[in-house]
Amino acid sequence: METVVEIEHLKKSFGNNHVLNDINLKIERGENMVVFGKSGSGKSVLIKCLVGLLEPDEGKVVILGNEIAKLPTEELNVLRKKIGFLFQSAALYDSMTVRENLEFPLRDLKKKPQAEIDALVLETLTSVGLEDAMDKMPSELSGGMRKRVGLARTLILKPEIILYDEPTTGLDPITSKEISQLILDVQKKYNAASIIITHDVECARITANRMVVIKEGQCIAQGTFNELSASTDKWVSSFFK
Amino acid sequence: MPINLKIENKVVVEKIAKLAEHSHIKALKGFFIEMAELSIFTLRFFKEALKPRYEFKELIKQAYLIGYKSFPLVAITGLIMGLVLTIQSRPTLAEFGAESWLPAMVAVSIVREIGPVITALIFAGKVGSGIGAELASMKVTEQIDAMEVSGINPFKYLVVTRIAAATFMLPVLVIAADAISMYGAYIGVNLKGDVSFHLFFLEVFAKLSFSDVFPALIKTVFFGLAIGLIGCYKGYNADKGTEGVGKAANAAVVYASLMVFVIDMIAVQVTSLFS
Ligand SMILES: Nc1ncnc2c1ncn2[C@@H]1O[C@H](COP(=O)(O)OP(=O)(O)OP(=O)(O)O)[C@@H](O)[C@H]1O
Ligand SMILES: [Mg+2]
Repeated sequence: METVVEIEHLKKSFGNNHVLNDINLKIERGENMVVFGKSGSGKSVLIKCLVGLLEPDEGKVVILGNEIAKLPTEELNVLRKKIGFLFQSAALYDSMTVRENLEFPLRDLKKKPQAEIDALVLETLTSVGLEDAMDKMPSELSGGMRKRVGLARTLILKPEIILYDEPTTGLDPITSKEISQLILDVQKKYNAASIIITHDVECARITANRMVVIKEGQCIAQGTFNELSASTDKWVSSFFK
Repeated sequence: MPINLKIENKVVVEKIAKLAEHSHIKALKGFFIEMAELSIFTLRFFKEALKPRYEFKELIKQAYLIGYKSFPLVAITGLIMGLVLTIQSRPTLAEFGAESWLPAMVAVSIVREIGPVITALIFAGKVGSGIGAELASMKVTEQIDAMEVSGINPFKYLVVTRIAAATFMLPVLVIAADAISMYGAYIGVNLKGDVSFHLFFLEVFAKLSFSDVFPALIKTVFFGLAIGLIGCYKGYNADKGTEGVGKAANAAVVYASLMVFVIDMIAVQVTSLFS
């Protein structure tokens, strides 16, 4: 197995707010890692450190063999094309249509013919079930649709590593299940490694190969879904109720 | 009792002085930090603007939007400025029996000062605040972060294009405003008098010289640059939260307008140095 993400002794504080205290994690190629943790426990901060949106105070982040903190900007941008990031808020570009949102990450790649781009956009949008929304503006979409467009925009570059920040939060159970299934399909199709942040037990059950629970800035438990859901630790098991 | 009061007063004064000194220094420090940050932002703009890849498509789109959005406002104010200036100048000139100077005098004040400054102030209010609010809301809703993680340089795509568009478009708008103002002046002259269109502009162009037009246009380039820079700086560095958007838009207008006057003052010094 090849390790694609390696986090060692990661620490991050904002002033006196010590968010991450000592995070150690390894993720293998093709693996889905689900992260559980209370709201405000620093899950979003953790994945932002992975892509260089936030700078860790201490520790090391190695992605696909590159240490993030030491990469020059150009190389970091090349690496970022191999990482998909689904924002908790979807973060759609609200001055662009759905189609333009999806085309945007493609713009720096070698000149592709427009027909090829169109086909790719349609294919990706169809995979999240939103081919009808192609020419809508983000403001015309519902919350769940926005999330799915965000997901499509994340997947269009066929990333090797995907970071999902609460992909199913705020969606109905049926759509949630569809998204979870989609995450699973993506894993199989592209052999991608994923970090999935969620509070949704159902989503974790469907997608997780391995899970980790974060508390007070540290990983306090790791294991498969079955191992953790059977945990005797009161705090860990409370997530599964 | 009086002695006691005196001592108390002294303590209070000392306390206030200490407090004043403290907040004074703090404000001053904040000012210098802000100036330093703005300078770094400006340097970064020039550095990134010169480096390929160039975002021509986005630049043209922004230039179009900026010009299209502010043209009606600029046109209306321009027309009114020319009209009002003419009507108000007439009595003074009439006192000296110099009414025939009216077109030339109004033209010179419009081209040198009123056109550029009024247009720049409107531009700061319309475009500066627009850029500030737009970038700030993109920052707050993580759209700028999203661009960054998809490997696209948001500074180049969002900031450089907007500053460049503002720098190019303001001079264009000023030329348009000057022309429309001149037409307003023509109407103003004809309210009480009869000067043909041809004669009016003959008088205007006889008096207007290169040294009126050229420095004024150079000045507007700097106005546009400053308005774009400040709008982008305030928006790009906005605080998180919805409040940050309003604050950024507001600060962009205030500082950009102030900067217009500062640049105007510097420009007048430099121009008089050369003439
Ligand atoms: N840019 C920032 N500046 C200052 N503090 C921050 C910043 N981003 C996050 N924090 C703080 O870090 C802590 C963790 O935030 P984070 O967004 O990672 O939580 P989370 O685990 O993702 O929670 P949720 O499940 O609600 O999304 C919070 O206390 C937050 O206030
Ligand atoms: Mg979060």
